[in-house]
Amino acid sequence: MATRTPPETAADRPPGPASGRAGRPPAPEKARRGRKSATAGTGRMAALLVSPTLLVLTVVVLYPTIMALRESLYGTKGLDPKTGFISDTEPFVGLQNYTDIFGEAGERFWNAFWNTTFFTVVTVGLETVIGVAMALIMHKAFSGRALIRASILIPWAVPTAISGLLWRWIFNSDGIANALIGHQVLWTTEGFHAKVAVIIAEVWKTAPFIGLLVLAGLQVIPKEVYEAARMDGASPPRQFWHITLPLVKPALLVAVLFRCLDALRMFDLPYLLVGAQKSSVETLSMLAQNEASNVRFGPAAAYAVVLFVYVLLIALGFVRLLGADVVGDAGGPGRKKRRWASKRNRVEVSA
Amino acid sequence: MNARTSRVLQCSAGLVAAGLVLTACGSSDDSSSSGASKSPSFSGRGPITFAAAKDSSGVVQKVIDGWNKQHPKEKVTFVQLPSDVNQQRQQMIQNAETKSDAYTVLSLDAVWTSEFAAHQWIDQLPAAQFPLDKMLKPVVETTKYRDNLYAVPQSSDGGMLYYRSDLLKKAGVSAAPTTWAEMRAACAKVEKLPEAKGMSCYAGQFQKYEGLTVNFSEAVNSAGGVVTDAGGKPDVDTPAAKKGLDFLVDSFKDGTIPKEAITYQEEEGRQAFQSGKLIFLRNWPYVYSLAEKSEVAGKFAVAPLPGLTGAGSSTLGGHNVALSSFAKNKATALDFIKYFTNHDSATTFLKEGSAAPPYADLYDDQTLAKQYPYLPVLKKSILNAVPRPRVVQYGDVSSAIQQEAYAALNGDKSSTQALKDLQDALQKLSAQ
Amino acid sequence: MTATVKWRTWLLYLGVAAVVAYCLAPFYWMLVSSLRRTSDIFDTSLLPAPVSFENYRAVFSPSQGFGRALLNSLIVAGTTTVLALLLATFTAYAMARLEFRFKRLILTLIIATSMFPVVSILVPLLKLFTDIGWINTYQAMIVPSMSFVLPLAVWNLTTFFRQMPDELEQAAMIDGCTRGQAFRKIIIPLAAPGIFTTAIIIFIAAWNEFLIALSMTNRPSIQTAPVAISKFAGASQFDTPFGSQMAAGVLVTIPLVIMVLLFQRGIVAGLTAGAAK
Repeated sequence: MATRTPPETAADRPPGPASGRAGRPPAPEKARRGRKSATAGTGRMAALLVSPTLLVLTVVVLYPTIMALRESLYGTKGLDPKTGFISDTEPFVGLQNYTDIFGEAGERFWNAFWNTTFFTVVTVGLETVIGVAMALIMHKAFSGRALIRASILIPWAVPTAISGLLWRWIFNSDGIANALIGHQVLWTTEGFHAKVAVIIAEVWKTAPFIGLLVLAGLQVIPKEVYEAARMDGASPPRQFWHITLPLVKPALLVAVLFRCLDALRMFDLPYLLVGAQKSSVETLSMLAQNEASNVRFGPAAAYAVVLFVYVLLIALGFVRLLGADVVGDAGGPGRKKRRWASKRNRVEVSA
Repeated sequence: MNARTSRVLQCSAGLVAAGLVLTACGSSDDSSSSGASKSPSFSGRGPITFAAAKDSSGVVQKVIDGWNKQHPKEKVTFVQLPSDVNQQRQQMIQNAETKSDAYTVLSLDAVWTSEFAAHQWIDQLPAAQFPLDKMLKPVVETTKYRDNLYAVPQSSDGGMLYYRSDLLKKAGVSAAPTTWAEMRAACAKVEKLPEAKGMSCYAGQFQKYEGLTVNFSEAVNSAGGVVTDAGGKPDVDTPAAKKGLDFLVDSFKDGTIPKEAITYQEEEGRQAFQSGKLIFLRNWPYVYSLAEKSEVAGKFAVAPLPGLTGAGSSTLGGHNVALSSFAKNKATALDFIKYFTNHDSATTFLKEGSAAPPYADLYDDQTLAKQYPYLPVLKKSILNAVPRPRVVQYGDVSSAIQQEAYAALNGDKSSTQALKDLQDALQKLSAQ
Repeated sequence: MTATVKWRTWLLYLGVAAVVAYCLAPFYWMLVSSLRRTSDIFDTSLLPAPVSFENYRAVFSPSQGFGRALLNSLIVAGTTTVLALLLATFTAYAMARLEFRFKRLILTLIIATSMFPVVSILVPLLKLFTDIGWINTYQAMIVPSMSFVLPLAVWNLTTFFRQMPDELEQAAMIDGCTRGQAFRKIIIPLAAPGIFTTAIIIFIAAWNEFLIALSMTNRPSIQTAPVAISKFAGASQFDTPFGSQMAAGVLVTIPLVIMVLLFQRGIVAGLTAGAAK
């Protein structure tokens, strides 16, 4: 509907008064000349533009993260049997909190590790498929767009705490889920069904995130690209595979990457829906929280650091495997390549 | 490679040992300097805060308003915490860890006293200044750590057996059961009634959370066993404890407890009872007034919990108020605690917030008993009650109990094995 | 030929219906639950009978301070969105258009900040904010919320800006625009869908932030809506007021969606109008 009117889509509606297509690029074909050289001037300007963001991140995330790193080298405060008081200082234990992961405390850690990985792979996979489908449908649908957009926003907009409660209610032993399937499944007990419950709730909540970002990516694809493809007689699936997908890839990759980062830190939903200390759904974040809530800040911090490293490796691997050009590619050729993707694809399609 | 790893391990083990020595020295210094084992001084007057979960009746604010009217220069602000117990505890611990003075007087769950006292997050209180002798003994016990007073009872709570008096009467069962066997027998009779079709016999709280610790402890205690003995040592791998756990395990097996009860917390059980799915329900007093407004209104009554050979014992709930070590204006705080826990306040909490009072005489009050017909039963329940283990690492102890009890109820482990593993786990925890 | 077109249209409608149903069904359950009486809250009938506004009255009873909490949420989420979008736009512009050293490192650092579990930075952050006297202030909620959304905002905007052809910008600069003007008048309007979507996501994330908002405040006058909801109390500590929680959930979600739809119209119109000049 008319609410969301990016310049490109404006083209396919009756010409509106405010249509801002004046600035539309004729086609991104020409003018690849004149890459600015890295001068001291741009460097200073970049520093100016980037530093506020870095400042905020340093204060709120980097500082506490470093504190947590430090904390992870300390053990749990001991109890003095004579006075009955816990000591004021934490013993320095070096890397023991980390080595414990491979020892006795390890079983629970590795279980949480696999749960985290499993949840991430399954939920992000499903979300990507559903999210892209949502985006394509929204992009194609002309009537009722406002309704779709409003409804797609809802799952994402419901606060996680509330949606956790809602799903717990739905998956109650006498809840609507069991009423619908006509069979009593005790969703919140240990077992694979608990994982399923978490996945259903998580995918419902976050598929719209991918849907929204991909839709935005679709909207900035120049219409000409499709028209050209249509003239070349490309079938819709081919259009999707060879034009749409490569062009929304940057937006899609960023969306999926950030979903992965969030899914790997999943906490609220399994905690609220199934409960703490259930080995079927315990994630690394839940484990860290559980340790911290029992006033073992050292091990809690160690789990958090391990999770951090794991997430970092996944993120780097992700970027490597699926297209380094999301990472700013140091300005170089990748960017050009991608912008030329449309041309290349057109050639492919017509071929 | 392996050699190096083991050296690292050895090395860190050495560091731990060193750390422990340092710790021991450090803490003995602390205790002498802070003088926490003696009576700390309560100095400073001025505005303070009271941190607790919000109550829907608004009676806490009302009692605080009463204080504020008398003490305009020492006003108390009610800091409302989330209704979730774990979040309350987390907020308090966070504030203690940062030594924040945001919370002055804390409303603690009865099982947190030892942990908060041992960490010196709360101050020791002068026992002589509180009318503890007028309060129920088991309740007062929950406020002590190593025989010193660290908190004052604000309210108590005990489990009761709710039962469908209408159905029992119809089936010819004249009195509420006092033993598990009697309860099963009563169910057998009731289930023959046409109106009892599809009903289950009994439920409590068996989801894997704090409620399971409560229900497991009650079963063990009601069979004559203990979780921890009088000296605080774990002693749960006993025949008596096994009989208690077996009651729950067998009941799940033979359907006396419906299988969905493994997901029940307090509210799910209440719901099942109110919609006529249960004949017997173990729950807290709060259910009474809510059930009075439901389909089973007038059709139910309460009795003390049944046991193996006679009346069972409940686990103690309730809240105590304590004074944060990091607070300012402690003189005001001490006076406020006295006011907040006095007989008048307890009466108001009971009358307007239906909170079980710590004072013994209120249970025998005739007019109050009319308003709350369950009071005599509740008094019996609390007097017979056994506190949950009073240990510093209560969170870990409770987790261990939940872990093993849940495994036994699910049939993943035999009750013998579960109790043996629980004993091991608790011993390991108490050795720390 | 026309048959396939018709068929395709129907398929599209079917897809639309599926998406809407998928998104709304659980929310419908939330709505229905919020309209039941407390006594029949456990019903599984598809329509509440009788319809009761008891839960909504409970949410808006003065003791909950829910109206004030909604306002606070609006202030926090609104400020966060504006500031984060501004900072992220600057940074993303530099990332997309300028050549400088350590670019990859900086982008990696930025994304690395959203890899640490929030539960683990809570205590250090509380310590820090206590020391600088930020407890019970809006900035204690706004600044952390900003930092949680900045990585996504920067990355997302960078990809969108980089998709924009820079020859247009250069043409504008030849026409006498400064670099800033060229960016504002050419790139921003073209990237509007991306910017707008980023804004929605930032706003929703900030609107729903709970852990920080809970820990950094202890006065009802400054608490946000999710914090207020977490304090809803039933008759006792065991009695969860599910109905009023669901009602509150509906109440924080619906205005959000309506607001986003309204703003969208205004913002997009404004941006495209700007571009036309």
